[in-house]
This record gives sequence, C-alpha cells and structure tokens, in this order.
Amino acid sequence: MAETVETRGRIYGVSGPAVVVKGLKGARMHTICYVGSSGLLGEIIRIEDEFATVQVYEDTTGLTLGEEVVSYSEPLMVTLGPGLLSGVFDGIQRPLKRVREISGTFITKGLKLDALDKERVWEFTPLKKKGAAVRAGDVLGTVQEGHITHRIMVPPYIEGGVIKEIVSGEVSAESPVCILEDGRTIGLYQRWPARKRRPFGEALPPSEPFITGQRIFDTLFPVAEGGVAILPGGFGTGKTITEHTIARFSVSDIVIYIGCGERGNEITEVLRDFPQLKDPVTGYPLSERTVIVVNTSNMPVAAREASVFTGVTIAEYFRDMGYRVSLMADSISRWAEALREISSRLEEMPGEEGYPPYLATRLGTFFERAGKVRCLGDGDRQGSVTIIGAVSPPGGDFSEPVTQAAMRFTGALWALDTELAYKRHFPAVNWHKSYSLYYYQLRKWLEENVAPDMPDLREELMAVLQKEAELAEVVQIVGTEGLHDEDRLTLEIADIIKEAFLRQNVFNPKDAFATYTKQYWMLRAIFAYKNTATEALKRGVYLEKILSHPVRTSIMDVRNADNQQIEKEARKLIEEIEGAFTE
Amino acid sequence: MIDPITRYYRTVKDVTGPLIYVTGIKKASFGEMCAIRLTEGEERLGQILKLEGELAVIEVLEGTSGIDSETTTVIPTGDIAKIGVSLEMLGRVFDGVGKPRDGLPPVIPDKYIDINGLPMNPASREKPDYFIQTGISAIDGLNTLVRGQKLPIFSCAGLPANELALQIVRQAKISEEEERFCVILGAMGITSREAFFFMESLAESVAQERTIAFINLAGEPTTERLFTPRIALTVAEYLAFEHDYQVMVILTDMTAYCEALREIAGARDEIPGRRSYPGYMYTDLATLYERAGRIRDRRGSVTIMPILTMPEDDITHPVPDLTGYITEGQIVLSRTLHNKGIYPPIDVLPSLSRLMNLGIGRGKTREDHRKIADQLYASYARGCEIRRIVSIVGMEGLTELDRKYLFFADEFERRFIGQGEKERTIAETLELGLTLLKILPETELVRLR
Ligand SMILES: Nc1ncnc2c1ncn2[C@@H]1O[C@H](COP(=O)(O)OP(=O)(O)OP(=O)(O)O)[C@@H](O)[C@H]1O
Ligand SMILES: [Mg+2]
Repeated sequence: MAETVETRGRIYGVSGPAVVVKGLKGARMHTICYVGSSGLLGEIIRIEDEFATVQVYEDTTGLTLGEEVVSYSEPLMVTLGPGLLSGVFDGIQRPLKRVREISGTFITKGLKLDALDKERVWEFTPLKKKGAAVRAGDVLGTVQEGHITHRIMVPPYIEGGVIKEIVSGEVSAESPVCILEDGRTIGLYQRWPARKRRPFGEALPPSEPFITGQRIFDTLFPVAEGGVAILPGGFGTGKTITEHTIARFSVSDIVIYIGCGERGNEITEVLRDFPQLKDPVTGYPLSERTVIVVNTSNMPVAAREASVFTGVTIAEYFRDMGYRVSLMADSISRWAEALREISSRLEEMPGEEGYPPYLATRLGTFFERAGKVRCLGDGDRQGSVTIIGAVSPPGGDFSEPVTQAAMRFTGALWALDTELAYKRHFPAVNWHKSYSLYYYQLRKWLEENVAPDMPDLREELMAVLQKEAELAEVVQIVGTEGLHDEDRLTLEIADIIKEAFLRQNVFNPKDAFATYTKQYWMLRAIFAYKNTATEALKRGVYLEKILSHPVRTSIMDVRNADNQQIEKEARKLIEEIEGAFTE
Repeated sequence: MIDPITRYYRTVKDVTGPLIYVTGIKKASFGEMCAIRLTEGEERLGQILKLEGELAVIEVLEGTSGIDSETTTVIPTGDIAKIGVSLEMLGRVFDGVGKPRDGLPPVIPDKYIDINGLPMNPASREKPDYFIQTGISAIDGLNTLVRGQKLPIFSCAGLPANELALQIVRQAKISEEEERFCVILGAMGITSREAFFFMESLAESVAQERTIAFINLAGEPTTERLFTPRIALTVAEYLAFEHDYQVMVILTDMTAYCEALREIAGARDEIPGRRSYPGYMYTDLATLYERAGRIRDRRGSVTIMPILTMPEDDITHPVPDLTGYITEGQIVLSRTLHNKGIYPPIDVLPSLSRLMNLGIGRGKTREDHRKIADQLYASYARGCEIRRIVSIVGMEGLTELDRKYLFFADEFERRFIGQGEKERTIAETLELGLTLLKILPETELVRLR
C-alpha cells in the first residue's frame, strides 16, 4: 500500500463533531488525522482551499483554537485477524474490554489502542509449502479460534508471489507467517479500509434461505442467504429482540452484531448471555462465533457513522474465508441520523427531513456489501454476508426517508407493528405489510429440502390471513354474531394460525427455534384441523361444538414439540384431529 | 477558575435570542464556559457552542437581555461546564444551574465534575435485575421497574404524573431502607405551584437528607434548562458510583427541556428536523438517559424516571417518540382512564418495561409472573377491541364469549389498574390478576399454559 505522508495544520473552528483545520497541505479526502493535543482520531470529509473539515470520532468538547492536527494519508482502517471473535469493539474498532482495563467504567478520550492484541501468540498450521506460488485470497494456513478455523489468507492487496519461507507453530502478529520471494511479508493480520468493499471471485445468485428458526420469517417472508432484510418498527415493537434472536438461533457460522446508536444495556446483555448460550447447530458457546461492534447512542456520533462500515468489513473478511456470515445492524436509522448531524454541521444543502441528499447512495454502499460469493483464492470456497437491519422510523411511520431509502436495497421487509406489540403478540410482524422478494427464488429449495407441498401450505396460510382481514371489516359492522358459521370458523382458524404458528416465544427454549421441518409439520396439523372442521360444519355439526373441542388446545401445544420428534407428534395429532368431530 | 493569561473580549457583534456572537477570539475551546460581564457589574455564564476562525457563538445561560455590543465583556474561563459535588448536597435545593436556592451558603465541593459525563463502557455495565416494588399493580405486575432502569412517564396535560412519580418514590424506598437511598429532582420549566408540591411531598415521603433538588422555574431562562438534567445526573453518578447510593432521578418536564433545545437550535438557524425540533435531539436525549445504570463491582445505581407531557396527547410527537426510542420502556397515562376516575390512569397496552424479564420470576417475584402478565395483556387487548366493536354494532352483535371479554376489560380497569392510593404487594397484584382471569373460560387462557 501507498506510503503514508504526514502533514500538520491547526484547529480553526469547532462545531460539534466537525472540526475545521487550517493549513493541512496536501491532505487527502477520507484519510485520517489526529486532532488536538489529546490526539482525537478523525477523518477528513471536506477540503476547501487551505481548510479541511474533519469529522472527529470522539467528543470535541475542550478542543482549542490553534491546537495541532496531524494528518496521515491513510483511510480509516479495520484490522482483521485472529482475536476478532468474541471481541467487542467500538465504532472505530477500539477493543472495549481492553479500554475498560485501562480507563475503567467510563470511556475516556484520546485512547489509542490496537484493535487486536499484537503480542498474543497463536498456533499456526501452514497449508502451503515453501516454493509454492500463491495468489490473493489463497489460504496460507489456519489458526484455531475456539471451534472456528480461522483461515489466514493472502491479503487482497498482494496479488501473488512465491513463498520463500512459511512458519509453523507459535506466532504472533509481531512477526510474519510467510515471506515471499520478492521480500514482501504476510502476517496474521490484514488491514483493510472500512469504507471499501473487499474483492471476491464471483457473485452468486441467492438460492438458499438464510434460516432464522423463526416461523414467520422462514415460512412467510424468507430472506436468502446473502440477502438483505430490514425490520422497520416503532419503539418497543421488537427490533432488538429479533436481532438478538437471529444472532442466537440463525444458522450462521459467524455473527457480526452492530449496536449502532442504541442502548448500552442491550449490548451488555449480549456480552453476558452469549458465552453461556449454545449455538443450536454446533453446540459451542455462541460468543465464539460472534463479533460485537458497538457505538451506543451516547457515544460520539461520527464513530457511530463509522461503526456499520467497521462491522461489514469484518463480516466480509470472514466471508472471504468461506463462511456463512450474518450481520445484525441495530439501528440503521441511528446511522442515518449520525450522517444527518454531521452533514448539518457542514451546512450542506439538506434533502428530505434534513437528511443529506446522498443518504440513499451512502446507505447503498453499506447494504450492497451483502451477498453470496465465490471467494477469492484457492479451494473453491463460498461465503456469504446476510444483513438484517433494524430501522426506527419516527412515529412508526414508514413513509419517512430512511425506511424508504433502506427499502430500495432490501429483498425482505419485516414490518413490525405497534398494535401487535401492544397486544404482546410477538414477533410483532405485520403479515399484511411484510414481503419477501426472495420467496420465488427459494421455492425450489423449499420443495426439494422441506416438502413438495411446503409452498402450497404457505399460500394457503396467506389466503386464510387475507380472508380474515376482510372478515374483520365485516365484524366492525355487524359484530361476530352477525357472521355465517363458516366465516366464524375461518376467524377461528386464523386465530389458531396466529396463536399457534405466527406467535413464537423466544423465551421458551422449546419454542424459540423451529426447524423448517417443524414449521412444515405444524402447518400440516393446522390445515388438517381446518379441513376436518370445515367438513364437520358442512355435515351439520354445531359450530359451538367444534370450537369448544379440546383438540384446539392440542394444536396450541405443538409449538412445544421437540424439533426431532415433530413428525411423530404431528402425525399423532393429525390422527386425533381427523377423528375429532365424528360423533 | 479564570485562565492564567486572562482573555477579555469586548467584541460582541450580534445578539440573537439566547445567543451572542463574539469576534476577534484568539484562544478559546469548544464547550468552554465564559463569564459575561454587563455594564452594571452583573455577571452571567455562557457556553461556547461553536468556533469559526475568530468568531465564537456563545449561549448565555441567564438570558441575553441587557447585553450590548459596546460594553459587555466576555471572559473565557478556561474550563468546560463543571459542577462542584459533595455529600453535603443531600438535603439541599438548588436552581437550574446549581446555585443554592434555599438561602443557605454554597456547598464546599469535594471535587468538580464535567456535567456531560463520559459514556459508560458497555463492557462495564452490570445486569439491571434488582426488582423494585412500587406497590402499583400496573407497574409491578405488568411493567416491572428495576434498579438502574430508565423508565419515563408519558403524561398528558392535566394528568397526575407528578403524583404518580412521588407515590413510586414513596413506596419504592421501603424495601431499600437498609441501604443508602436518595432521590434527585431535576425540574425544568415547572411552575412554582408544582415546585412547591414536589418539595412538600418529597419532604413527606423521603427524609429530607435523602433528597436533592435542582429547580428551574417556568419563568426562569430556558437556556438553563439544558444544564439542569446534566447537573442532576452528574450528582447522581457521583453518589451512586463513588458513594454506593441507590439514586432515583426524577426529571420533569422533559417536554420543557426539549423546547429549550429547539429554541437554541432555532436561534442558530439550524436545519430543523421533525416539527422543528433539532435533528440531533435523539443523541442529545440519549446522552442524558443512558447515564442510568449499574456498574460492575459497584454497589450503587442510577435509576431515571423522566416525566414528559405529550403535546396534544400524541405519543408519536417527537418528544415522547424519541424518548421511547431511548428509554427502557414507558409508563403511559391515559386521559380516558383519568376521566373514568381511575387512579393511577395507566394505559397498560402502550406501556412497557423492557427490563421486566430480568427483574421477575422465580426467586424474585413469582415463577409464573411472565405468563400471568402476558395473559392479562392478551385478554385485556381483546376486551378493548370488542369494546370498539360494541360502540358501532351495540351489544346484540356480541357472542357469549365476547361479552365475557368485555366484562373482563371493565373489571381489569376498575380493580387491577384502578387501585387508588392503596399500595399492593407483588403477591397481591398477581393473585388479583389470576382472580380476574377466572372471568374467562379456561380454554381462552392459552398464555397461562
Ligand atoms: N419476540 C418477542 N417475544 C417476547 N417479547 C418480545 C419479543 N419481541 C419484543 N418483545 C417485548 O417487547 C419489548 C421491546 O422490544 P425491543 O427492545 O426489541 O424493541 P425495539 O423495537 O428494539 O425498540 P427500540 O426501537 O426502542 O429499540 C421487549 O423488551 C419485550 O418485552
Ligand atoms: Mg431496539
């Protein structure tokens, strides 16, 4: 990479996170600098004549006119390598556990810490030999991090070379793992600009679902592996709980959790619980597969803006190893607000609701880093980054700019609903407003891997919910008593669908994660009930009798069936249902 | 605290609203406090909001009337906004910027602390799981409060939010007797009548030496309001994390605070956000509310109960909306319930406590607490829905079951929520909940299973 040049200037003006510096000759756009005597990290975001505007990643209170600013011709970088997993970093990748050891309970300003511990020694197992020709992305060897095999790759910025020397056994980041014939070295760590997408071999189309284990998402509005889903919803509708749930239960090799401008306690919860919780697939502690990037609402806004790029760069790095990575971003709106705040300090021309006109473009540079790819390098690896982003629309109104901009980049919209949350129907996903554009691409996978009639059951389910919405309007006029029996039965079935299937209790371990097979068999049972009850009604069985039959309670209970036992239990239940209204 | 190389500027260029623009500035810091000397010898405090070359934008705390461009002198103090703190503050009453208001001499500070505080490291926070029994069923049973939580009361003009907050303070302290417990009031733009009520009721419910009040009255400068909650919270952090106090901070009225924020933003010609509140209001409020919490290896805690008035009873208004996005739940008061004579008039459906799960369950309240709460919610919500239908189609359109739900909703409001001034233990609350649920057929109670 290009050599770094140092230039110096002096503080000319300060307005919140934006600092104007005079005299930074030759400073380049989007490169970093250290501001003032305490050396606060910042990034140049505007150059006008001899003035450069710097967004400072720390609180600027106390910065004095005339203090020195040193600029380096290097962009904001992310350090990538062993030690990321189970780590917790702020928006500019300072390791918060180390920060705590140094500065105590509160985060003091101007701390300069390496993201990863340079001195930590890792056991490196080489996969390449001396004399081998390697290219960018090739796996040189591995380091074991918990149960995850951390692949040490030739960084994308080294196009290739021949190995002159490669180590085996203990190594730290201080010394190289590999020296090339031309004298260049490759270490355990790579550094990569946070705002630049990492290269890959080839983009692959979405073909498999990203499995969340949540029925309403997987069955009704699935997101593809490598896709983007957004979760807009007013306050308290369950965005964070959903993000946590997916971080916990989804079928992912690696999870990047970005707490962007949200609450401190929510991150503490992840920090505290994840080491104790087990990955439902591998059985290893969840913390081993998780990286947390957090810039809470009260931490500096510029670093909040950077946090999503830091997070997605880490996600891409694991993708490049050939892993299925999921990235939770809570909340995109807080990121956009940080952008807006900085833009307004720059006195830029505002767009809608004060957001800068480039809101959507900038948002795109984040969301477009999702995807499923064939990785760079050898070994035919495939990796993916799936992004699940929470959006917090003011007043819960989705017509606002951030929700609208985010919708342009997403294939699945999971609309959270205040009314459902008030009723404590969780996940409070509104099934009329939500959609998935991936569903049609995933149908084939569902038919082949779940059951041939899985798509049919889904459509039937949607039909009942649609019918219920129509009936609800009629009820508003004539009351439930005024409905035909068959319509009342439809309402009853919609009720069962909502209570037994769509509602899912993340706090109940038996219910929290449902495999596709479980989802399928639950649907089979519900529709067995629908068909049997409809026929019974036609035969002249009283509606009241059907409604009060105890088999209804049994359906409510299938949610608690074990994922492994579900087929057996569901078949038994279906038998019970089919014999229910006979006498 | 005057800078050694004293800087004087008699260069006030413009005065607009609460702001003055001073030119010719040679050395000054962002956020620096300035003394502003008027001709009559009066001295006011100001804070630098923006620096641009030799121009400084300064917000004047006690208002700008009387300031001129000829004789007014601005003297940067060399220091950012700090408050001198000390245990001696307990029992005292101060104004919105921390000057004594009770006629007693100023306290001798133990030390000076930056009123903005520093962000708490998420890796240092401790799980807020200590149940606070408030004696109020709608809170204890359905929206449990825990130590270190930030739980606001969303009120409507004219509803008894202050009374409720004081009742909570009064009843909550009982289980905390053996510990160091104190209440800090940060009041922004309240009337003298409210101030009087607060002081009197606090004195009745908590021993005087356990309270500290910072009061900015409605007639006092709005700019001071931006300082009041920060000062209150700085003192709270000091007592909680350096002296092991369990601190409850009541901030009222946050709507007045937000209006002050809007006023300053307006004076600065900033690009307004929703309903002309500044775009950074979320961040600004977060820097207050996030100061609630518990810390690892410390015994104390800061619990924040902000009170705000929803303009036009609208929960989507930016003030309640942004607050709800930051706090860990909200207690929402309802005019309809109030008009029905129900006290406390808590509308439980939009109310929420996000930390409830940490504070309840076996060993804390009762094992089936969550289930009872969920069932009460679901059944009450259904009852309310049916109530809406009844208003259109009348009782005739209802099935037998619908009628039961309707009856349940009425009873729930009257007996469970409307407990009056009486205090209930959590056991009584949950028992009452179960009793009321018996109105409904057992098959309906799916969430109790
Ligand atoms: N799946 C769920 N199961 C049970 N309870 C839930 C679920 N989702 C949300 N809740 C309840 O709703 C509350 C709010 O959820 P959450 O914190 O996720 O909301 P949010 O949408 O992230 O709100 P905000 O925008 O303010 O951060 C939770 O504290 C919990 O009580
Ligand atoms: Mg949230």
